[in-house]
Amino acid sequence: MVDVQWLIGGEAGYGIMTTGAMMSKIFTRLGLSVFDYVEYPSLIRGGHNAYYVRASDVDIFSQKRPVDILVALNRETIDRHKQELAQNAAVIFDSNVTKVDPSEFPSTILQIPIPLLEITKQVGADRLMINTVAVGASLALFHPDFLVLEKIMQDVFGRKGEQVVATNINTSKAGFDFVAKGFSGKFPITIDQKEQKSVLIGGAEAAALGAIRAGVKFAAIYPMTPINGVLNTLSAQALKYNIIVKEPEDEIAGINMALGASFAGVRSLVATSGGGFSLMVEGVGLAAQTETPIVIIEGMRPGPATGMPTWSAQGDLRFVLHAAQDDFPRIVVAPGDAIEAFTHTMEAFNLADKYQLPVIVLVDKYLMEGHMTVDSERLRVESAKFRLERGKILSDEEAAAETDYKRYAFVEDGVSPRSLPGQKGGIGLSGSDEHDEHGLYNEEAEVRAKMMDKRFKKLETAVAQNEFPAPVLHGPAEAPLTIVAFGSTKMTVMETMQWLAREGINVNFLQVQFLSPFPLDAVSLAIKGAKKTLVIENNKTGQFEGLIREHTGLSINDRLRKYDGRPFYPEEIVEKVKLLL
Amino acid sequence: MTELKDLEITYDKPNWCGGCGDFGIWVSLKNAIVQLNLNPWEVVLVSGIGCSGKLPYWVKTYGFNGLHGRPMPVAEGLKLANHGLSVIVIGGDGDQYGEGTNHLIHAARRNLDLTLIVHNNQVYGLTTGQYSPTTDIGEKNKATPTPITEPPLNPISLALSSGATFVARGFAGDAKQETELIVKGIQHKGFAIIDTMQPCVTFNHKNTFSWFYERVYKVEDEEHDPKDKAKAFARAEEWPLKHAIKEGEKERIPTGIIYQEERSLWEDGVPQIAQAPLVKQPIDNIDIKPLLSEFT
Repeated sequence: MVDVQWLIGGEAGYGIMTTGAMMSKIFTRLGLSVFDYVEYPSLIRGGHNAYYVRASDVDIFSQKRPVDILVALNRETIDRHKQELAQNAAVIFDSNVTKVDPSEFPSTILQIPIPLLEITKQVGADRLMINTVAVGASLALFHPDFLVLEKIMQDVFGRKGEQVVATNINTSKAGFDFVAKGFSGKFPITIDQKEQKSVLIGGAEAAALGAIRAGVKFAAIYPMTPINGVLNTLSAQALKYNIIVKEPEDEIAGINMALGASFAGVRSLVATSGGGFSLMVEGVGLAAQTETPIVIIEGMRPGPATGMPTWSAQGDLRFVLHAAQDDFPRIVVAPGDAIEAFTHTMEAFNLADKYQLPVIVLVDKYLMEGHMTVDSERLRVESAKFRLERGKILSDEEAAAETDYKRYAFVEDGVSPRSLPGQKGGIGLSGSDEHDEHGLYNEEAEVRAKMMDKRFKKLETAVAQNEFPAPVLHGPAEAPLTIVAFGSTKMTVMETMQWLAREGINVNFLQVQFLSPFPLDAVSLAIKGAKKTLVIENNKTGQFEGLIREHTGLSINDRLRKYDGRPFYPEEIVEKVKLLL
Repeated sequence: MTELKDLEITYDKPNWCGGCGDFGIWVSLKNAIVQLNLNPWEVVLVSGIGCSGKLPYWVKTYGFNGLHGRPMPVAEGLKLANHGLSVIVIGGDGDQYGEGTNHLIHAARRNLDLTLIVHNNQVYGLTTGQYSPTTDIGEKNKATPTPITEPPLNPISLALSSGATFVARGFAGDAKQETELIVKGIQHKGFAIIDTMQPCVTFNHKNTFSWFYERVYKVEDEEHDPKDKAKAFARAEEWPLKHAIKEGEKERIPTGIIYQEERSLWEDGVPQIAQAPLVKQPIDNIDIKPLLSEFT
């Protein structure tokens, strides 16, 4: 079995991100399963960047601890990551730039001093292209043929012209040749070309693709890590798919613009992180009160306030569940990986339209900025399965036939037919004030209570319509331990289950995707049926565990929490599980 | 032909205080819609919070009553999604010059084809009489233990420097002029602001109808050239005063079209809506397969 993890480290501003993405592409094109994870500070230049790319010939779902190939663009990288090296790892560094004492590594480590900077000079490339040399050098360690990289360079740089393509090929080929000549057969891992069935996609890109497929027409997004990928992907496709992607003056404007566009009748999206969502909060209530559909992508990162902008967390769960004053129905869904980011974002637009309420897609930095291979056929199938459902929007003819249209008519299922501005006969009011059926402000006790009930009725209707797939129990039906988690933690838990299975330890995993409405029956049943339960979440106070107890009245046996800005590693979960079993 | 009765709702009537300046704006707006012969179903009134925020309740057009300070971005999203509609923003001085000033500045520079009518009564009436960003310097009320020392915000100057292409001041006591300003504001291709002095008869005992009658004048009566931005700034700076009134001094309040220019519309630079409004574009069966090749 091939299971290799490559890491490049260096100062921000030296193309670490591009290089990492290139390496992920190489492994993807070689037909492997790929997962990448990046750590970087909130700086444009300077500070340490680390890009991990893991690849395997079996399906993988997360990063891991040991590093098999370390590309150190500076001394700091060696100091920081030396401890992570696997027993037979290779270390690539610039012998003329980075001082390395050969005895500082165990003898099992393959040291590859390579004059990266000098090679760029020799081939006439910019000094910033040392990382391109390093990519070629890395490839030569485990694969005998340069062709895969040559094709990638053509695809990636083709638009920039032949000269740029040639420079990139020459530079990386020089690195490839250097290692192929001097270190052939010295690295224990060999990777052959296999048939490629997957695409490599980030969580943010997958969510954006889901939005495009669902017919998003208006997105107002103020840039913020970790959702910039959503903004950038939508913006890149805006002209092809006729989507207005607007960068508003702030997130308050963003959500209000999106609500205005939605009120006009188009599918609207906002995306932000906790800080921006804090500004949007009143708008979330406005969406609920005016019954205006909206999809909100909230990408969690450690807080409060600015917190750690470029790191990951799951600490906004309670925030999104309770944001804005008083009670109102909302849907909160937490995708667990890229394919779910795609499907849930897509479906979120249907739910928002059908039930005329805010739908929050709760994600985090780990999912949004990580890339993973996804079976392209699976993406095609999910895309083909999607059916546009806009719910109760009056046709022009229906609106014209209205004689006394009531925007908030009391109807049995709670969902009042919506007219759109411009429709004759559909003239109506959407009100932030509590209102009567016409949308006219109204503070009578009876009307108020009835209108509250009407709004909540929509969620009951949605539940009765089976809109919310039950939580998924991954793994064997019977197991000595049931792990319970939500969101991106799924990825590490799935990975861990494979590791444990190889050791003959079987656990199963209850993945809760819809957090509002909470899947009370399914979760109760699973917990009651479990021999032992362990909840794993990326926050300090156990927000998810508390939510389970609040709804089910049931206690979870044990817990694993982490709130240092880093996602879980399979090693950590393995250790915890073994302690419990 | 659109008639006044087409704009009447039958199930309610305005509940502003008797004599409130809001009535003057309400009547003027309806007159303007009739004069322009706009189809009521193609007009959307977007309002914020305060006494002015209720105006859309009592005009039979489409209406969206939003949050305090936030009607402007709602209107911008609405206009971009369906640019065939006439979108009119109704705000108060709290909405536009306090809570939502940021949005006003950006809407003005973007130059969307929107019309903003500000009910400027220089007081927070619905919360029973606290000072607002446009309360005259030296005033004292229940929210301040000492006379206000902050000069009031100057809406006309702010709009001019933000890039608004139609800047006017009206007065609720002159419905004829107000109607005309709203008509011209709606006809104007671009962002139009009509700052309207609107006496609050209950909580503002200084800036009353008679106080205004003694001070307002029409810029067109004084050979004002609304195309001249420097002159527009000079008119704008005449009032409100940035100092407490001195003995023997009397304010002169310019009204009418202070400034107007033609500038390209924001929506003209959006090819996505060149063929049809966003809302008219079909979204069933969107094919994303071509995109997948970008991820191999």
